[in-house]
Amino acid sequence: MEHIPKYLLSTVMAMLLCLSSYSTIALAGDGPDAVVIDSLAQLYEPVNFDHAMHEEVTESNCAVCHHHTLGTKIEDENCLRCHAESGATDEISCQGCHAGNRFEAEYLNRIDADNTLFHRDKVGLKAAFHIRCMNCHEEMGVANGCQDCHARTDAGDKFFHAGNYAPPESDKPTSGGH
Amino acid sequence: MKAMNRRKFLKGSLLGGAAASVIGKSKNAAASATFGGYPEAMGVLVDLTRCVGCRSCEAACNKEQGLPNPAQPFDDLSVLDHERRTSEGAYTVVNRYEIPGQDHPLFRKIQCNHCNEPACLTSCFVKAYTKTPEGAVIYDPTVCVGCRTCMVACPFYVPAYSYSSVLNPVIKKCIFCYDTRLKFGRPPACVEACPREVLTFGRRQDLIKIGHQRIQNYPDLYEDHIYGENEVGGTSWMYLSSAPFDQVGFDTHLGTQPILSYVKEFLTVVPMVLTIWPALFAGFHLLATRKDTQKNKEKSEK
Repeated sequence: MEHIPKYLLSTVMAMLLCLSSYSTIALAGDGPDAVVIDSLAQLYEPVNFDHAMHEEVTESNCAVCHHHTLGTKIEDENCLRCHAESGATDEISCQGCHAGNRFEAEYLNRIDADNTLFHRDKVGLKAAFHIRCMNCHEEMGVANGCQDCHARTDAGDKFFHAGNYAPPESDKPTSGGH
Repeated sequence: MKAMNRRKFLKGSLLGGAAASVIGKSKNAAASATFGGYPEAMGVLVDLTRCVGCRSCEAACNKEQGLPNPAQPFDDLSVLDHERRTSEGAYTVVNRYEIPGQDHPLFRKIQCNHCNEPACLTSCFVKAYTKTPEGAVIYDPTVCVGCRTCMVACPFYVPAYSYSSVLNPVIKKCIFCYDTRLKFGRPPACVEACPREVLTFGRRQDLIKIGHQRIQNYPDLYEDHIYGENEVGGTSWMYLSSAPFDQVGFDTHLGTQPILSYVKEFLTVVPMVLTIWPALFAGFHLLATRKDTQKNKEKSEK
């Protein structure tokens, strides 16, 4: 598993960034300028996320992506039922709450054993990224294809039977696929 | 006189058959009410509102199951232009549905739904199929004789046939990655590959709660129904949708009874018809024609 050191590195980087830049309530421009999202990178290259640009786009409303965790007011009525007064939390990075091992037995058992847990249906890290980013990109009408955000690796090409691993054009059926 | 007797006999046998089937029915009702699937069975909740049709699940399935190379790359979305079915080379496929009145299409991934009480299993006369306590419907290709009865029995038209194999054609379908993953408590390859968690893997009982919770939280988004919670006795793979289910390719007329309960009465009569009836009627025939044969004999002796 060659991505583990990368994962550790990014976690440490994220932690350092959090420690250095956040107080209880974040202000405009407090966030990191750029974040390299690489903890899951296998089939695709890491994403170079322009955090500063996205702060501008969201007019520094951190809640657009970070829910209530930075103390900014949220709009979703379902969340407000409990989190109207929640305020900032210690954990603000995506992977602090959204698990990378969402469907492994260990995680499922832990959820199962905790009767008091409300957020049982919390998406994993990969889905947190994709749902958050892509839904917003669609709304804004900006680039939303897989490779618009992250280039595919050689392993990815192999996985999708694309690029250098694409089947010959002659294999392509001429009409319907039945 | 003779004719009357035969009519009476036929009437009697029909009544007897009807009575047997009525008794059979009440027994069935009790049986299906008590089963409803293994309690610890795993499942997958497919949320159509999240799917963007990227086909990563198809690519993952191809790799995990060692399926033949596709005719087109998995990132070629032109295949979505026509509706596809599962095949020997693709145990799962994604189809696109344009929804009237909605500006977005919906995408539906199909694969074996892993029924609680599978019709394929019931229909298989060599007992190739097994429903495992983990929830998977698996099959043993070494005993499959390729009769394709399960293809007819499946209400979802899922099992495919390896028509390309000349010497040993067998049934091919999704096995929930049982051998390589589910058995070890791991999610199937498609679930792991899905970027948007369209596929939520977990205990089936928990998934039903999660599904209803999502509907309750976002009643304007979802149809108030989990397809597969009760359809044909319940399935391990279940679906949430933002469009009426019949608009996204689902058969909404399958009912909640396992397919088994529709055919049980009939199937119990089959052995009787095949074994007892020939002997019985052959006996009647012999009795009825005995006089004639004796006459013939006497004639020939004369």
